[in-house]
Amino acid sequence: MEQTLIQTSLKEKFSAEILSIDENSDMLTVTVNKSCIRELIRFLKDELGFVFLTDLCGVHYPDKELALGAVYHLHDLSRNIRIRIKAFTSTSQPEIASITDIFSSANWMERETYDFYGIEFVGHPNLIRILNVEYLDYFPMRKEYPLEDATRTDKDDRFFGR
Amino acid sequence: MTQYTRVDPPEGYSAPGFFATSLDKVVGLARKNSIWPLPFATSCCGIEFMATMGANYDLGRFGSERLSFSPRQADLLMVMGTIAKKMGPILHQIYEQMAEPRWVIAVGACAASGGIFDTYSVLQGIDKVIPVDVYVPGCPPRPEQIIDGFMKIQELVGNESLRRRYSPEYRALLEQYGIK
Repeated sequence: MEQTLIQTSLKEKFSAEILSIDENSDMLTVTVNKSCIRELIRFLKDELGFVFLTDLCGVHYPDKELALGAVYHLHDLSRNIRIRIKAFTSTSQPEIASITDIFSSANWMERETYDFYGIEFVGHPNLIRILNVEYLDYFPMRKEYPLEDATRTDKDDRFFGR
Repeated sequence: MTQYTRVDPPEGYSAPGFFATSLDKVVGLARKNSIWPLPFATSCCGIEFMATMGANYDLGRFGSERLSFSPRQADLLMVMGTIAKKMGPILHQIYEQMAEPRWVIAVGACAASGGIFDTYSVLQGIDKVIPVDVYVPGCPPRPEQIIDGFMKIQELVGNESLRRRYSPEYRALLEQYGIK
Protein backbone atom coordinates (compact mmCIF):
# COMPACT_ATOMS: atom_id res chain seq x y z
CA MET A 1 0.00 0.00 0.00
CA GLU A 2 2.62 2.50 1.06
CA GLN A 3 4.92 1.21 -1.67
CA THR A 4 2.26 2.11 -4.23
CA LEU A 5 1.94 5.59 -2.78
CA ILE A 6 5.69 6.09 -2.97
CA GLN A 7 5.70 4.84 -6.54
CA THR A 8 2.93 7.17 -7.58
CA SER A 9 4.54 10.24 -6.07
CA LEU A 10 7.91 9.34 -7.61
CA LYS A 11 6.35 8.77 -11.02
CA GLU A 12 4.47 12.03 -10.76
CA LYS A 13 7.59 14.05 -10.14
CA PHE A 14 10.30 12.12 -12.02
CA SER A 15 8.41 10.30 -14.77
CA ALA A 16 10.97 11.25 -17.39
CA GLU A 17 13.97 10.17 -15.32
CA ILE A 18 12.82 6.79 -14.00
CA LEU A 19 14.18 3.95 -16.13
CA SER A 20 12.65 1.03 -14.28
CA ILE A 21 10.87 0.13 -11.06
CA ASP A 22 11.25 -3.29 -9.50
CA GLU A 23 8.81 -4.11 -6.73
CA ASN A 24 9.32 -7.86 -6.65
CA SER A 25 12.73 -7.95 -5.01
CA ASP A 26 13.37 -7.54 -1.28
CA MET A 27 12.60 -3.85 -1.38
CA LEU A 28 11.33 -1.25 -3.83
CA THR A 29 14.11 -0.65 -6.33
CA VAL A 30 14.12 2.35 -8.63
CA THR A 31 16.65 2.81 -11.41
CA VAL A 32 17.00 6.39 -12.56
CA ASN A 33 19.07 8.60 -14.82
CA LYS A 34 22.15 9.85 -13.01
CA SER A 35 21.29 13.46 -13.86
CA CYS A 36 18.37 13.54 -11.42
CA ILE A 37 20.00 11.72 -8.52
CA ARG A 38 20.46 14.73 -6.24
CA GLU A 39 16.96 16.01 -6.86
CA LEU A 40 15.48 12.55 -6.28
CA ILE A 41 17.36 11.90 -3.03
CA ARG A 42 16.41 15.31 -1.73
CA PHE A 43 12.78 14.69 -2.63
CA LEU A 44 12.82 11.31 -0.87
CA LYS A 45 14.37 12.85 2.22
CA ASP A 46 12.35 16.06 2.48
CA GLU A 47 8.96 15.01 1.11
CA LEU A 48 8.66 11.25 1.64
CA GLY A 49 10.44 10.90 4.96
CA PHE A 50 13.42 8.74 3.96
CA VAL A 51 15.66 10.43 6.51
CA PHE A 52 18.35 7.78 6.88
CA LEU A 53 20.99 6.80 4.32
CA THR A 54 21.64 3.16 5.20
CA ASP A 55 24.21 2.48 2.53
CA LEU A 56 25.82 3.84 -0.56
CA CYS A 57 27.91 1.50 -2.65
CA GLY A 58 29.08 0.74 -6.15
CA VAL A 59 28.45 -2.04 -8.63
CA HIS A 60 30.11 -2.99 -11.91
CA TYR A 61 28.38 -4.79 -14.80
CA PRO A 62 31.13 -4.90 -17.45
CA ASP A 63 28.80 -6.15 -20.23
CA LYS A 64 26.41 -3.24 -20.00
CA GLU A 65 26.88 0.04 -21.79
CA LEU A 66 26.47 2.00 -18.58
CA ALA A 67 28.67 -0.35 -16.62
CA LEU A 68 29.30 1.46 -13.36
CA GLY A 69 26.56 2.16 -10.89
CA ALA A 70 25.99 3.76 -7.54
CA VAL A 71 23.38 2.18 -5.29
CA TYR A 72 21.67 4.17 -2.56
CA HIS A 73 19.74 2.53 0.25
CA LEU A 74 17.37 4.81 2.11
CA HIS A 75 15.30 4.08 5.19
CA ASP A 76 12.18 5.76 6.48
CA LEU A 77 12.65 5.23 10.21
CA SER A 78 9.16 6.26 11.29
CA ARG A 79 7.29 3.91 8.92
CA ASN A 80 10.13 1.37 8.65
CA ILE A 81 10.16 1.32 4.86
CA ARG A 82 13.29 0.94 2.80
CA ILE A 83 13.98 1.94 -0.78
CA ARG A 84 16.86 1.31 -3.13
CA ILE A 85 17.91 3.78 -5.80
CA LYS A 86 20.30 2.86 -8.62
CA ALA A 87 22.04 5.24 -11.00
CA PHE A 88 24.38 4.08 -13.74
CA THR A 89 27.19 5.80 -15.57
CA SER A 90 29.69 4.86 -18.26
CA THR A 91 33.24 3.67 -17.57
CA SER A 92 34.71 6.34 -19.83
CA GLN A 93 33.15 9.17 -17.85
CA PRO A 94 32.37 7.75 -14.40
CA GLU A 95 30.80 10.82 -12.83
CA ILE A 96 27.81 11.06 -10.55
CA ALA A 97 26.78 14.06 -8.47
CA SER A 98 27.71 13.91 -4.80
CA ILE A 99 24.96 13.92 -2.17
CA THR A 100 27.23 14.88 0.73
CA ASP A 101 25.30 18.10 1.29
CA ILE A 102 22.03 16.16 1.62
CA PHE A 103 23.38 13.32 3.79
CA SER A 104 26.66 14.04 5.61
CA SER A 105 27.10 10.30 6.09
CA ALA A 106 27.54 9.95 2.33
CA ASN A 107 31.00 11.49 2.66
CA TRP A 108 32.91 8.34 3.64
CA MET A 109 30.63 6.03 1.67
CA GLU A 110 31.27 7.99 -1.53
CA ARG A 111 34.99 7.88 -0.80
CA GLU A 112 34.76 4.12 -0.39
CA THR A 113 32.84 3.76 -3.65
CA TYR A 114 35.43 5.90 -5.40
CA ASP A 115 38.20 3.83 -3.79
CA PHE A 116 36.89 0.52 -5.12
CA TYR A 117 35.06 1.44 -8.36
CA GLY A 118 36.57 4.75 -9.42
CA ILE A 119 33.22 6.52 -9.57
CA GLU A 120 33.88 10.24 -9.24
CA PHE A 121 31.34 12.01 -7.11
CA VAL A 122 31.20 15.53 -8.44
CA GLY A 123 31.00 18.04 -5.60
CA HIS A 124 32.51 15.79 -2.94
CA PRO A 125 34.69 17.90 -0.60
CA ASN A 126 37.55 15.37 -0.25
CA LEU A 127 37.38 12.55 -2.77
CA ILE A 128 40.46 10.47 -1.93
CA ARG A 129 41.02 6.78 -1.15
CA ILE A 130 39.75 5.74 2.27
CA LEU A 131 40.46 2.02 2.76
CA ASN A 132 43.12 0.98 0.27
CA VAL A 133 46.74 2.10 0.24
CA GLU A 134 47.28 5.52 -1.31
CA TYR A 135 49.65 4.24 -4.00
CA LEU A 136 47.20 1.68 -5.41
CA ASP A 137 46.95 2.52 -9.12
CA TYR A 138 43.69 0.78 -9.98
CA PHE A 139 40.18 0.28 -8.67
CA PRO A 140 40.24 -3.28 -7.34
CA MET A 141 36.52 -4.13 -7.43
CA ARG A 142 36.21 -3.45 -11.15
CA LYS A 143 35.82 -6.74 -12.96
CA GLU A 144 38.70 -6.26 -15.41
CA TYR A 145 41.26 -6.60 -12.62
CA PRO A 146 42.14 -9.99 -11.14
CA LEU A 147 41.26 -10.53 -7.51
CA GLU A 148 44.58 -12.20 -6.80
CA ASP A 149 47.66 -10.21 -5.98
CA ALA A 150 50.29 -9.97 -8.70
CA THR A 151 53.18 -9.95 -6.23
CA ARG A 152 52.44 -13.46 -4.96
CA THR A 153 55.48 -15.67 -5.55
CA ASP A 154 54.85 -18.96 -3.72
CA LYS A 155 51.95 -20.21 -5.86
CA ASP A 156 52.81 -22.56 -8.70
CA ASP A 157 50.37 -21.81 -11.53
CA ARG A 158 50.25 -25.48 -12.59
CA PHE A 159 48.54 -26.44 -9.36
CA PHE A 160 45.87 -23.78 -9.72
CA GLY A 161 44.84 -24.47 -13.31
CA ARG A 162 46.43 -21.33 -14.67
CA MET B 1 63.18 -24.56 47.16
CA THR B 2 62.99 -23.42 43.56
CA GLN B 3 64.85 -25.57 41.10
CA TYR B 4 66.98 -23.65 38.67
CA THR B 5 68.32 -25.03 35.42
CA ARG B 6 71.66 -23.74 34.31
CA VAL B 7 72.61 -23.52 30.66
CA ASP B 8 75.67 -25.45 29.62
CA PRO B 9 78.84 -23.40 29.35
CA PRO B 10 80.17 -22.79 25.84
CA GLU B 11 83.08 -24.73 24.37
CA GLY B 12 86.39 -23.63 25.82
CA TYR B 13 89.43 -24.52 27.88
CA SER B 14 89.14 -24.86 31.56
CA ALA B 15 91.58 -25.66 34.30
CA PRO B 16 91.53 -24.93 38.02
CA GLY B 17 91.05 -21.22 38.42
CA PHE B 18 90.29 -20.17 34.85
CA PHE B 19 88.03 -20.75 31.88
CA ALA B 20 88.88 -19.49 28.41
CA THR B 21 86.49 -19.18 25.47
CA SER B 22 85.73 -16.69 22.71
CA LEU B 23 83.78 -13.51 23.40
CA ASP B 24 81.32 -14.38 20.58
CA LYS B 25 80.21 -17.46 22.46
CA VAL B 26 79.75 -15.75 25.81
CA VAL B 27 77.80 -12.88 24.29
CA GLY B 28 75.76 -15.32 22.22
CA LEU B 29 74.97 -17.39 25.30
CA ALA B 30 73.83 -14.33 27.22
CA ARG B 31 71.76 -12.97 24.33
CA LYS B 32 70.00 -16.17 23.41
CA ASN B 33 68.75 -16.78 26.93
CA SER B 34 67.31 -13.33 27.44
CA ILE B 35 65.57 -12.43 24.19
CA TRP B 36 62.96 -9.70 24.63
CA PRO B 37 60.22 -10.26 22.08
CA LEU B 38 57.97 -7.57 20.64
CA PRO B 39 54.66 -9.22 19.75
CA PHE B 40 53.16 -7.70 16.62
CA ALA B 41 49.92 -9.65 16.72
CA THR B 42 47.23 -8.74 14.21
CA SER B 43 44.97 -11.80 14.15
CA CYS B 44 44.46 -15.43 15.15
CA CYS B 45 48.18 -16.31 15.32
CA GLY B 46 48.32 -13.70 18.08
CA ILE B 47 45.83 -15.80 20.06
CA GLU B 48 48.15 -18.80 19.70
CA PHE B 49 50.94 -16.59 20.93
CA MET B 50 48.90 -15.78 24.04
CA ALA B 51 48.68 -19.52 24.68
CA THR B 52 52.44 -19.72 24.13
CA MET B 53 52.99 -17.06 26.77
CA GLY B 54 50.50 -18.70 29.13
CA ALA B 55 51.25 -21.14 31.92
CA ASN B 56 50.85 -24.35 29.85
CA TYR B 57 53.56 -23.55 27.32
CA ASP B 58 55.30 -20.64 29.05
CA LEU B 59 57.76 -18.92 26.78
CA GLY B 60 59.33 -17.59 29.98
CA ARG B 61 61.17 -20.90 30.26
CA PHE B 62 63.32 -19.74 27.35
CA GLY B 63 64.32 -16.48 28.99
CA SER B 64 61.61 -14.45 27.28
CA GLU B 65 59.33 -13.72 30.18
CA ARG B 66 59.67 -10.03 29.57
CA LEU B 67 57.76 -8.86 26.50
CA SER B 68 58.76 -5.50 25.16
CA PHE B 69 55.92 -3.33 23.94
CA SER B 70 58.33 -0.72 22.66
CA PRO B 71 60.41 -1.61 19.60
CA ARG B 72 63.34 0.33 21.05
CA GLN B 73 64.00 -2.20 23.80
CA ALA B 74 63.12 -5.32 21.81
CA ASP B 75 65.46 -7.92 20.34
CA LEU B 76 62.96 -10.02 18.45
CA LEU B 77 60.03 -8.84 16.36
CA MET B 78 57.36 -11.53 16.29
CA VAL B 79 54.92 -10.82 13.47
CA MET B 80 51.80 -12.89 13.95
CA GLY B 81 48.89 -12.50 11.59
CA THR B 82 47.76 -10.99 8.31
CA ILE B 83 49.55 -7.79 7.39
CA ALA B 84 47.49 -5.57 5.11
CA LYS B 85 49.37 -3.53 2.53
CA LYS B 86 48.39 -0.44 4.44
CA MET B 87 50.09 -1.88 7.53
CA GLY B 88 53.33 -2.53 5.59
CA PRO B 89 54.94 0.90 6.10
CA ILE B 90 54.09 0.76 9.82
CA LEU B 91 55.78 -2.62 10.18
CA HIS B 92 58.78 -1.25 8.31
CA GLN B 93 58.94 1.72 10.65
CA ILE B 94 58.73 -0.50 13.73
CA TYR B 95 61.59 -2.60 12.40
CA GLU B 96 63.63 0.56 11.83
CA GLN B 97 62.98 1.68 15.41
CA MET B 98 64.47 -1.52 16.83
CA ALA B 99 68.09 -1.32 17.91
CA GLU B 100 70.70 -3.73 16.54
CA PRO B 101 71.04 -6.63 16.94
CA ARG B 102 67.47 -7.47 15.97
CA TRP B 103 65.74 -10.58 14.71
CA VAL B 104 62.40 -11.21 13.05
CA ILE B 105 60.16 -14.24 13.16
CA ALA B 106 57.16 -14.57 10.82
CA VAL B 107 54.54 -16.67 12.59
CA GLY B 108 51.82 -18.28 10.49
CA ALA B 109 51.01 -18.59 6.81
CA CYS B 110 49.81 -14.99 6.45
CA ALA B 111 52.94 -13.36 7.82
CA ALA B 112 55.10 -15.78 5.86
CA SER B 113 53.40 -15.64 2.47
CA GLY B 114 50.03 -13.90 2.62
CA GLY B 115 48.35 -17.22 3.40
CA ILE B 116 44.83 -17.65 2.05
CA PHE B 117 44.59 -13.90 1.46
CA ASP B 118 45.87 -13.82 -2.11
CA THR B 119 44.21 -10.49 -2.77
CA TYR B 120 44.90 -6.88 -3.63
CA SER B 121 44.75 -5.59 -0.07
CA VAL B 122 47.11 -8.00 1.70
CA LEU B 123 50.89 -7.97 1.81
CA GLN B 124 52.10 -11.25 0.32
CA GLY B 125 54.53 -12.07 3.13
CA ILE B 126 56.28 -9.64 5.45
CA ASP B 127 59.61 -10.35 3.73
CA LYS B 128 58.37 -7.88 1.11
CA VAL B 129 59.08 -5.07 3.60
CA ILE B 130 61.52 -6.37 6.25
CA PRO B 131 64.13 -9.16 6.39
CA VAL B 132 62.91 -12.31 8.17
CA ASP B 133 65.09 -14.81 10.08
CA VAL B 134 62.66 -17.64 10.82
CA TYR B 135 59.32 -18.60 9.25
CA VAL B 136 56.82 -20.65 11.24
CA PRO B 137 54.25 -22.38 9.00
CA GLY B 138 50.71 -23.15 10.13
CA CYS B 139 47.28 -21.56 10.03
CA PRO B 140 47.57 -20.86 12.87
CA PRO B 141 50.63 -22.76 14.15
CA ARG B 142 50.27 -24.52 17.49
CA PRO B 143 52.21 -23.13 20.46
CA GLU B 144 54.69 -25.98 20.09
CA GLN B 145 55.48 -24.77 16.58
CA ILE B 146 55.91 -21.19 17.76
CA ILE B 147 58.27 -22.43 20.48
CA ASP B 148 60.14 -24.48 17.87
CA GLY B 149 60.52 -21.36 15.73
CA PHE B 150 61.62 -19.44 18.78
CA MET B 151 64.28 -22.06 19.55
CA LYS B 152 65.52 -21.74 15.96
CA ILE B 153 65.90 -18.02 16.64
CA GLN B 154 67.80 -18.85 19.83
CA GLU B 155 70.13 -21.02 17.76
CA LEU B 156 70.74 -18.14 15.34
CA VAL B 157 71.28 -15.67 18.17
CA GLY B 158 73.66 -18.00 20.02
CA ASN B 159 75.81 -18.70 16.97
CA GLU B 160 75.90 -15.24 15.48
CA SER B 161 79.31 -13.68 14.98
CA LEU B 162 79.76 -10.30 16.64
CA ARG B 163 80.98 -8.95 13.33
CA ARG B 164 77.93 -9.99 11.32
CA ARG B 165 76.01 -6.75 11.78
CA TYR B 166 78.95 -4.74 10.46
CA SER B 167 79.51 -6.91 7.39
CA PRO B 168 78.91 -5.59 3.87
CA GLU B 169 76.55 -8.51 3.22
CA TYR B 170 74.32 -7.43 6.11
CA ARG B 171 74.45 -3.81 4.95
CA ALA B 172 73.44 -4.96 1.47
CA LEU B 173 70.55 -6.96 2.93
CA LEU B 174 69.20 -3.91 4.74
CA GLU B 175 69.77 -1.75 1.69
CA GLN B 176 67.50 -4.11 -0.22
CA TYR B 177 64.68 -3.13 2.11
CA GLY B 178 65.53 0.56 2.02
CA ILE B 179 66.96 0.63 5.55
CA LYS B 180 70.20 2.52 6.09
